[in-house]
Amino acid sequence: MAALRKYWHVLNVGLQNHLTYRFNFLARALFGLLPLMAILSLWRTIYEGKGDEATVATYTLAQMISYYLLVTVVDALTAVNEDDWQIAADIKDGNISQFLLKPVDYLWFRFTLFLSGRLTYLAVACVPITLFILYWRQYFVFPPDWGTFGWFVISLAMTALLQFFLSYMMAMLAFWVLEVSTFIFILYAFEYIASGHLFPLDILPPALEQALYLTPFPYQLYVPVGIYMGKVTGSELVRSLIMQAAWVALAYLLARLAWHRGIKKYSAVGG
Amino acid sequence: MNMNSRSQLECSAKSERLHGSGGARLLRYFAIYAALWKNSVTRETMFKGNFVLWIIVELLWFGLQLAFIGVIYLHTETIGSWTKWQVVLLVGASQFIQQIYQAFFLVNCANLSELIRTGKLDFLLMLPVNTRFVVSLRQVDLGGFVNALSALAVMVYALWQLQFMPTFLQVLAFLMLCVVGILIHYSLMFMLATISFWTVRAQGIVYGYYNLFQIARMPDEAFRGLFKAIFTFALPMLLVSNVPVRVLIQTLEHLRPLMLLLALGFACAMVSEWVWRQSVRRYTSASS
Repeated sequence: MAALRKYWHVLNVGLQNHLTYRFNFLARALFGLLPLMAILSLWRTIYEGKGDEATVATYTLAQMISYYLLVTVVDALTAVNEDDWQIAADIKDGNISQFLLKPVDYLWFRFTLFLSGRLTYLAVACVPITLFILYWRQYFVFPPDWGTFGWFVISLAMTALLQFFLSYMMAMLAFWVLEVSTFIFILYAFEYIASGHLFPLDILPPALEQALYLTPFPYQLYVPVGIYMGKVTGSELVRSLIMQAAWVALAYLLARLAWHRGIKKYSAVGG
Repeated sequence: MNMNSRSQLECSAKSERLHGSGGARLLRYFAIYAALWKNSVTRETMFKGNFVLWIIVELLWFGLQLAFIGVIYLHTETIGSWTKWQVVLLVGASQFIQQIYQAFFLVNCANLSELIRTGKLDFLLMLPVNTRFVVSLRQVDLGGFVNALSALAVMVYALWQLQFMPTFLQVLAFLMLCVVGILIHYSLMFMLATISFWTVRAQGIVYGYYNLFQIARMPDEAFRGLFKAIFTFALPMLLVSNVPVRVLIQTLEHLRPLMLLLALGFACAMVSEWVWRQSVRRYTSASS
């Protein structure tokens, strides 16, 4: 109980810190809608060229647009935003020394800050994103039933955990290399295409799609969206959720391991 | 900027007071710019590993864009009238424009707010050279040229796939229009960067401009209505790479977009310069 109170306090401080940058958050949300708008227009043009009732793989135009709108929502709820840079900077600048003394676990401390960042981002971005979805409302689908929605929420929570643990793990590189941003950008590139950010993964050739399921990337975005849209059902749903949970556990263990290894090598600079 | 380049800047500044204007002045700016280049090369050689890694990052993101086009064309023949290899050519051309722009200007635009926040702009204002010149061109990002080369390679491959051999004149026109495109990106982003004269935290806004590059590599026919109007007439993103590519492969139906690109290029440069002058007038040093 006392432990929870501790992190509750961190959450409050985090919220206040993040709110200072509300303008930045708003700018990010607004600017981010531009490429989204561009991609949606691109797909609309493609469907128009193919004639009415056209489908791409299994997607109708409405489903395709819904897909991207849902990606935007899931992304707003779970994407890591500068947390990885900050963790890397903490390590590089020696700020983590204090956590070796305090009764606060650095991983959960950062996780709480990540949550507060998401909450702030949501508070700021919900207006533009909602307006955007309303603009495209004729294409926005709702989940087939409440059960599906429930599974979606569970998958969403695991997505957030997976995103955070993977970023945390990448940031641990700062123990070994001076400049982590290139490595983080390389991972981003893979996430961007293989998690389903650019296009739904099931429009890929099946062999390629299956290969992607061997990586953690689809579980970072595509799986919750697929569940929401009713594309992942029955035994596939169960398997997806189990795989997702396995990736979360693995990412958590690797994040912990990287930290322990790093700490052994760590010598505080400045402090 | 290290002491070496600083003294070089001062040297060439002194020489101006001795020699008059016109050709000598242009020569002097070239000399200054050569010194800035030398500096940037020295800086890059200090972090070789990082230099290579950044090139890999850019290559990955470029490959990702091409993969997206590849996936889309698994499911359609055309986007509007654009065929697959025409769009690849377009993505290549936008990457080329973006990378050359990045090589010359990006870091400098992004750093303007830092110069203002730390008061370092004072020093640059005092130099007897055009301040906008130093602020805009202080650092060269050499990786940009390497990435521009890979973009050119993709373009050549796309032309080969299209079995289209442009004439010398078309290539020349294409390159000149690319320069116009680069200047438009520069004018607009520099204008955004001058917002930092009003609010210090403008770096985020500058990076927000990145999203506009993503619009620039889309085929113009994918858009309509208000969105198209805004990104044609106000922020001419749908012209900067589409028009050069259409000129290169002769798919420009009439001259209007071409004229519009040139006119807007001129307009952007003028407005950007005006905003810069207004902003500098407002500047009160941060540190002292």
